[in-house]
Amino acid sequence: MKAAVLVFPGSNCDRDLAVAFRAAGADVSMVWHKDMNLPEGVDIVGVPGGFSYGDYLRCGAIAAQSPIMRAVADHATRGGYVLGICNGFQVLCETRLLPGALMRNAGLKFVCKMQRLQVETTDSVYTSGYVAGQQITVPIAHHDGNYVIDDAGLAALRDQDRIAFTYLDNPNGSMVDIAGVLSANRRVLGMMPHPERVVDPAHGGMDGAPLFAGLTAALVAA
Amino acid sequence: MRATVTVMLKQGVLDPQGEAVRHALGALGFEGVQGVRQGKVIELDLADGTTEADVTAMCEKLLANTVIESYRVELGK
Repeated sequence: MKAAVLVFPGSNCDRDLAVAFRAAGADVSMVWHKDMNLPEGVDIVGVPGGFSYGDYLRCGAIAAQSPIMRAVADHATRGGYVLGICNGFQVLCETRLLPGALMRNAGLKFVCKMQRLQVETTDSVYTSGYVAGQQITVPIAHHDGNYVIDDAGLAALRDQDRIAFTYLDNPNGSMVDIAGVLSANRRVLGMMPHPERVVDPAHGGMDGAPLFAGLTAALVAA
Repeated sequence: MRATVTVMLKQGVLDPQGEAVRHALGALGFEGVQGVRQGKVIELDLADGTTEADVTAMCEKLLANTVIESYRVELGK
């Protein structure tokens, strides 16, 4: 499996994401935001957490306009896989690869803690390594993770089983506790929690490992 | 030419920052503040010949996130 991890000015989880992909057996390239193209044969693009462009204008808004995001949109249109974590989720919403938007946390505070999540669907390469309804603990660290979507969009997410993860004890005001959503073709996942921070026993948890393992299993077999 | 773009959260989208400002005003003793909505103002210095349609396109593509925000364009001198 070939993975590309994007690097924007202000990304700070790019290397963590690369480590998680490598630990799952992927061949990883780091790709600078000014590059026009993804490396040849990339299966999955990781859009990492951080504060791209200092969160100017809106979180992810400037990064969404960077040259590499055009290549990522083309990759997604061709049926390629894209995983956006935290700021990466914000970027994917700003590029409209995922529906909805992420607003300031309802409590207005930056929230940084271990967070209980529930796996809502196992019907994706990202979540096939979990059991439906499984509760996992994954760190969150964000100021703008309050997921908002209009009624029609929410109905579509529910009808199509595209809510990947929800929060237990909602930390940020997200609509119906949404922590992560899938695209209509189920190949693009955006989530605020950081699965790449729980893939090694030294991290204090392993609950992110099945996400990367499931991904590798599916994409290597493909 | 100058254009002023005002970006606000759409009606119906809860504005947590506006709510916090409303509470703070109440705490300061300003009674009767029933609602606060916080937005942003973006001033653009534009070359002559830039049209309102151009500014609208800028709003749609970047300046506002139309999923949650509405915008208003005012063209000045």
